[in-house]
Amino acid sequence: MAKTIIEKVWNDHIVHEEQKKPDLLYIDLHLIHEVTSPQAFEGLRLKNRKVRRPDLSFATMDHNVPTKNREVIKDPVSQQQMNTLADNCKEFGIPLAHMHHPDQGIVHVIGPELGLTQPGKTIVCGDSHTSTHGAFGALAFGIGTSEVEHVLSTQTLWQSKPKTMEIKVEGELGFGVTAKDVILAIISKFGVDAGTGYIVEYTGDAIRKMSMEERMTVCNMSIEAGARAGLISPDEKTAEFLKNRAHVPAEQYEELKKKWLSYASEEGAVYDRTLTIHTDEIEPFVTWGTNPSMGSGISASVPRSEDFAQPAKQEELKQALEYMDLSEGMPITDIEIQHVFIGSCTNSRIGDLRAAAKVIEGKKVHENVTAIVVPGSFTVKMKAEEEGLDQVFKDAGFEWRESGCSMCLAMNDDIVPAGERCASTSNRNFEGRQGAGSRTHLVSPAMAAAAAVEGKFTDVRKLQVHA
Amino acid sequence: MEPVKKLTSNITPLDRINVDTDQIIPKQFLKRIERTGFGQFLFYGWRFNEDGTPNQNFVLNDPAYKGSEILAAGENFGCGSSREHAPWALQDYGFKVIIAPGFADIFYNNCVKNGILAIRLKEANKIIQAGKDEKDATVDLESQTVSCDGETWHFEIDSYWKQMLLNGWDEIAITFQYEEAISKYEASNV
Repeated sequence: MAKTIIEKVWNDHIVHEEQKKPDLLYIDLHLIHEVTSPQAFEGLRLKNRKVRRPDLSFATMDHNVPTKNREVIKDPVSQQQMNTLADNCKEFGIPLAHMHHPDQGIVHVIGPELGLTQPGKTIVCGDSHTSTHGAFGALAFGIGTSEVEHVLSTQTLWQSKPKTMEIKVEGELGFGVTAKDVILAIISKFGVDAGTGYIVEYTGDAIRKMSMEERMTVCNMSIEAGARAGLISPDEKTAEFLKNRAHVPAEQYEELKKKWLSYASEEGAVYDRTLTIHTDEIEPFVTWGTNPSMGSGISASVPRSEDFAQPAKQEELKQALEYMDLSEGMPITDIEIQHVFIGSCTNSRIGDLRAAAKVIEGKKVHENVTAIVVPGSFTVKMKAEEEGLDQVFKDAGFEWRESGCSMCLAMNDDIVPAGERCASTSNRNFEGRQGAGSRTHLVSPAMAAAAAVEGKFTDVRKLQVHA
Repeated sequence: MEPVKKLTSNITPLDRINVDTDQIIPKQFLKRIERTGFGQFLFYGWRFNEDGTPNQNFVLNDPAYKGSEILAAGENFGCGSSREHAPWALQDYGFKVIIAPGFADIFYNNCVKNGILAIRLKEANKIIQAGKDEKDATVDLESQTVSCDGETWHFEIDSYWKQMLLNGWDEIAITFQYEEAISKYEASNV
């Protein structure tokens, strides 16, 4: 019977299976950061346990790191968390890209960049956006700290086989419509829990035509639709991206490529559920609420209570609009913003920065707006500077920063003040996400750049020249 | 891990859907390197006013729910970030059971690993209502039932996780028994 990539990768990693028990799965790559690992290492020490495969583990510092003045970490607790990671990596022999290391960056940006992320691998990290690596046809998912400890000591996890879901994106993306708009539209259409209990494979012409970076943006937000993992079958583009990467041995490339491509879902494979969206339905997107499904196309308005049938949904709308200080029926283009954040594991790669720079070039950031660009990794930053993108941003009035998670979750000093609004290329608009009392609107890099110029949301297509 | 068996308690009703882990424990409290002490920060943004005083309109500040071990909430509880600090905060505050129509996958796993019983119950809204009416509920893991206000409902739980919760097992110690299988897998695959 024809198999999906999900079944193939899963079956290839079963160490032990028996009736009425989850499968014991082998983990090929364990990514580690400073926030969700200290208690796991402490657990090992308390029981005198070792790390089974430090060679299959890789750590970096991203959540807490400052994006300017790296020499000074103001918060002693942040400093302690980073020191703890460095000490743990040293004690247990785990490779670490520390804050000043040339490989440092957001864990989900550097995995693919270094070629650690490869098709057919099982990849875990104590971070829900681990699904990003699924863009390469890896089975990648977020885990909690207890599971981090389990992987450290056994290199395995007990996992119940999830159901499989296909999300088909049909058609061709229109002018000015990006991968970010696609995934926001998917979450808006199907809901924040559509994928709960499933692993999602994204298929369809629009996905096939996307670059690897765009595919990462889509897979990144799978968790925002409830799916622990979202992936895309590997193809020539996948293999090409990985060629000559640090962890892809050149002499084995052809052999690896053959193996990678063999993981692709087969024609006629059956999924437990299939959802379809057509690109005709998708325009540049903006979220107006307090979860990622609460969004609309730029030409739409904030919904009204009567648009929802269920009382619980009406109540949720009411609470969201109260927090966001928006009114029912208000046009999205009337929403004024004070901050712009271009960054995060969703949209901080070189393609994202190029897209934003293209919109901003020769223009100025609106006088009411503070705008920052935070590249996803040191490598992305260097590449952007080589291309002169940093100058484009600086000339327009953006701040050009060092790499890290930054304002996506504001664990460092990059915080949106209470009551203020941010057009953000990140993945979550939950209450207080970017700072207590802050209000987040999720958009693509191009839409964030357009909002920076106008001081409010605007259809980026009006600012762009059709190529 | 403490075993979970049977308990009777008043019910804290959190009548909201899609409660995310950023609300359960906001990021400014994720910098601690211990597993303990997170209860004081549980639902921080909802529980406290900007000046740090308790928000009297939030259910956790209602004296009727003092000492409650059961939290009842709307669908898709625990969505968003994978932070295990969320179940640590709930447990540290005193909750041992959470009842909702559905949970986010990572949050559900994190609960099991910490000995919190997360119960998927279609009728969770009735439990929320009973909480509002200040009634108690009894939860029995062995028989997989929730009883409240004269009604009893059966809930489903994976038999493996059930055994783990009932016995308070150390999962890593169990996995060590499969050392041979892991080594064999590594020899031929890694």
